[in-house]
Amino acid sequence: MRQARRITRAVALLVAALPLLCAWAAAAAPAPAFRAGRFDPPRQAPDFTLQGSDGRELSMSRFRGKVVLLAFGYSSCTAVCPITLATLAAARRELGPAAADVQVVYVTVDPERDVPARLGAFLHNFDSSFIGGTGTPQQLAAVRKDYGISAQKIPLRDGYSYSHSSFTYLIDRGGRIRALMPYGHSPGDYVNDLQLLLKE
Amino acid sequence: MRARSAVLSTAAALGCAALVWSAFAPIHSASRNQVFVIPKGTWARRMSGEKLEILPDHIRLTLGLRDILVLRNRDEVPQIFGPTLMMPGQSFELPFAQASEYQFVCTAHASGQMTIVVDPYPASPWARIRWRAHALLDRLHEPAGQS
Repeated sequence: MRQARRITRAVALLVAALPLLCAWAAAAAPAPAFRAGRFDPPRQAPDFTLQGSDGRELSMSRFRGKVVLLAFGYSSCTAVCPITLATLAAARRELGPAAADVQVVYVTVDPERDVPARLGAFLHNFDSSFIGGTGTPQQLAAVRKDYGISAQKIPLRDGYSYSHSSFTYLIDRGGRIRALMPYGHSPGDYVNDLQLLLKE
Repeated sequence: MRARSAVLSTAAALGCAALVWSAFAPIHSASRNQVFVIPKGTWARRMSGEKLEILPDHIRLTLGLRDILVLRNRDEVPQIFGPTLMMPGQSFELPFAQASEYQFVCTAHASGQMTIVVDPYPASPWARIRWRAHALLDRLHEPAGQS
C-alpha cells in the first residue's frame, strides 16, 4: 500500500515537473547566418556587356571588389520592382558608410521601353547610385539565360506587362554568386547578409 | 482487486504523462533541412521522354523544425530547380524565418509556379500534440526509404 502511494507520488511529481524540464530543454537551434538562400559551391557570376543607365558600358567585372545586388525587372512594373528597389535603397541607407562598397545593378526585361535614360530616371527615384542595364532583346535574353531568370510578356488591353523572376542575387567582391534573396525580405535581412559579405 | 486497480492507475498515470510530454516536450527535428535532389541522369531521362517530377509543386515546412529548403543538383547539366538555376554539383539552401505562403516562379513545373507553405512553430501545447500526431501519421504513410 505504502509502495503504491510512493509510485503514485513519483509519477505525479514527474508529470508536474515535465513542463519545467521541457522549457529548460527548449534551447533554440542557432539560426543560419545567411537569410538569403546560399549556393554551395558558389559559381562565378557570368559576365555580360550591356548599356548602363549611367551612360557607361555595364558589365559585372566593372564592379569587382564590390558586393553586387543584381535584380531583374522593368521601369513600368507597378507590383514587384518598386518594392524590391525601395527595400534595396533602405538596406543601403541602413548600412551607412559601408554602402559605398555595395552596388545595385538592375537589368531590364523590357528593352522596348527601358532605354538608358528612362531606366536611370526610374532608378534614381530610389537611390542615385543604382545602375540599370539594357540592351537588345537578344543580349538581354542571353543574360537571363545565364542567370536563370524568367520573363514573360503579358499583353494587356492598353499595352503589356511582364511576369518575371523577382529575387535578387548577392554577388561577392570576387564576382561569385553567393546567395539569392527571394522577394519580400526586409531591408534588415539584406543588411545582415551584406555585412557578412562585406566582412570577407 | 487491489493489484488490478494499481495497474489501471499506473496505466492512467502513464497515459497522462505521455499526453503532458507530447504537449510540453520541445519538438526536435534531426535536421531542419528538407532536401530535394536531382539525381544524375535526370536530364537524359527527360530527353528520352520520361516524365519526372522531382520537386513537388507544393512544399510544406515548419518554422524551427524543418524550415530550410535544400535543393541539390547531382545531374551533369545545369537545371532550373525551384526558383533558381543550379550548376551540376551545386546545392542551394534557402532558410525561412516567417510563417507564410511563398510563391516562386518555377519553370520545372507545368504550372510554372512552386508554392512553399511555412507553418509556424508549434508553440502551444495543443499545437505540439497536433504536430506530433501529424508527424506520426506522416511517418506511417511515408514510403520506405524517403526521409
